[in-house]
Amino acid sequence: MSLLVIDWFLLIEKLVLIAIIVFASLGIALYTTFAERKVAAVLQDRPGPNRAGPFGLLQPFADGLKLIMKEEIIPNTSNKVLFVLGPILAMTAALMTCAVIPWSSHVELFGRNIELQVADINIGILYIFGVVSLGVYGIMIGGWASNNKFSLMAALRGASQAISYELAMGLSLIAVLMISGSLSLRTIVEQQMTQGGMWNVVYQPLGFLIFFICAMAECNRTPFDLPEAENELNFGYHQEYSSMKLGFYLFAEYVNMIMSSAVMACIFFGGYDIPFLDESTLAPNLAALLGVLALLVKIVIFIFIFMWIRWTIPRFRYDQLMNLGWKTLIPLALLNMLATGAVILWRQG
Amino acid sequence: MSTTEILFYFLSALAVFSAIMVLVSKSPVHSVLWLIVVFFTISGHYVLLNAQFLAIVNLIVYAGAIMVLFLFVIMLMNLNTQTEPQKHIWMKLAGVISGGCFLMVLISLVRQAGDMQGKTALMKTGNIGLIGNLGKALFQDYVVPFEITSVLFLSAMVGAVVIGKK
Repeated sequence: MSLLVIDWFLLIEKLVLIAIIVFASLGIALYTTFAERKVAAVLQDRPGPNRAGPFGLLQPFADGLKLIMKEEIIPNTSNKVLFVLGPILAMTAALMTCAVIPWSSHVELFGRNIELQVADINIGILYIFGVVSLGVYGIMIGGWASNNKFSLMAALRGASQAISYELAMGLSLIAVLMISGSLSLRTIVEQQMTQGGMWNVVYQPLGFLIFFICAMAECNRTPFDLPEAENELNFGYHQEYSSMKLGFYLFAEYVNMIMSSAVMACIFFGGYDIPFLDESTLAPNLAALLGVLALLVKIVIFIFIFMWIRWTIPRFRYDQLMNLGWKTLIPLALLNMLATGAVILWRQG
Repeated sequence: MSTTEILFYFLSALAVFSAIMVLVSKSPVHSVLWLIVVFFTISGHYVLLNAQFLAIVNLIVYAGAIMVLFLFVIMLMNLNTQTEPQKHIWMKLAGVISGGCFLMVLISLVRQAGDMQGKTALMKTGNIGLIGNLGKALFQDYVVPFEITSVLFLSAMVGAVVIGKK
């Protein structure tokens, strides 16, 4: 193997890790759709899906099978290549975020020290921003290629919403970065794990609130689901889509929700940190396992809050959405940044 | 050939191919999408040069923001091949000549640059592209030009708002 000097074991290890993470997120996303229907049912005082399997637990498979079996329609006047590219991009961008999320500390298997993170790059947070900003293309290309004015309007709305809220999101994160002094997600998590260290949400409650609102807007969740406002735009940017291509668009929303929950948990809520427990006293493998569980619990809590809000609050009007983003969140985030900087300077003396 | 070299040739070939596709695509939307591919390959080159910060900022700013605005304009004006005005042959000729002149200037610039002669690119070494070093260079050695540039950006933003209000 003198042609390519690669650590083949590292490659295999990373490929296995990527496969596990991707399939796990898809599996969780599958059951998130089920959870969404159950939560909606509870909030609206009705039983929800309960026919397929015990407690309706097989409902997501029934839904998926139905989506796959449906007829695949590509409109005659659409741009065929881009029409297919749209859902692919949406799904890829949604899944790409998981590369930099530290799922837990390391495990020791077969005498190797395996980090439970695909890539610990020193610009982790910026990478997430890059991927988020690419997520717009799935919506825009799909909406435009459909050659339908409602789809196009929805796509333009979606893109302008995503761009507007990305700004406030970035500004709210800068304050966190000023505290942690690092862009690597693993470093940020480890700083929150040290003894006596608090979770970042204690230092940055306002920053977290802004980030949470922006994450909701980036995922196109109600009250920010203007791209698919059915009473104005029929069904939104995926109106012309059918079968699994529609499924990919809808599924990407849930994957996005999981990923943004994971990012929020890592940045503001200590990632795989278990509160009031010193992980270094445990065996490494046990600590890693408990860490993954802790992160998953945090993700599930965030997803539940997303759903709770969706089924409680009605949709914004478009001008309200833009006013909230540009005239409220961005100035607040700027103030938060200034205040944080001032406090850091004052503490340094 | 090392992995870095293979990646370099692959990225370069892809960059040139997609740059050509930007020019020959009939539909403006396709051109913009190929241009995004070009930005991706350039970011790949930055990563090979160990400048991850530049790579990701290149993606966020160009692919993530500026190209989205390009797509906005193209989609709103609904530009496509039928509505594109046919230019006169003299216009095309003038374009070729001015473009050729620009190419000549660029090539002579690269050939005469004393710093670059007899040197090869630093692959995977050098750390000026890392965010900490870049930040220190920008805010210590070049703080005045940096601040002036940001004032320039601010004035451009204010100007855009003023024009938009009219």
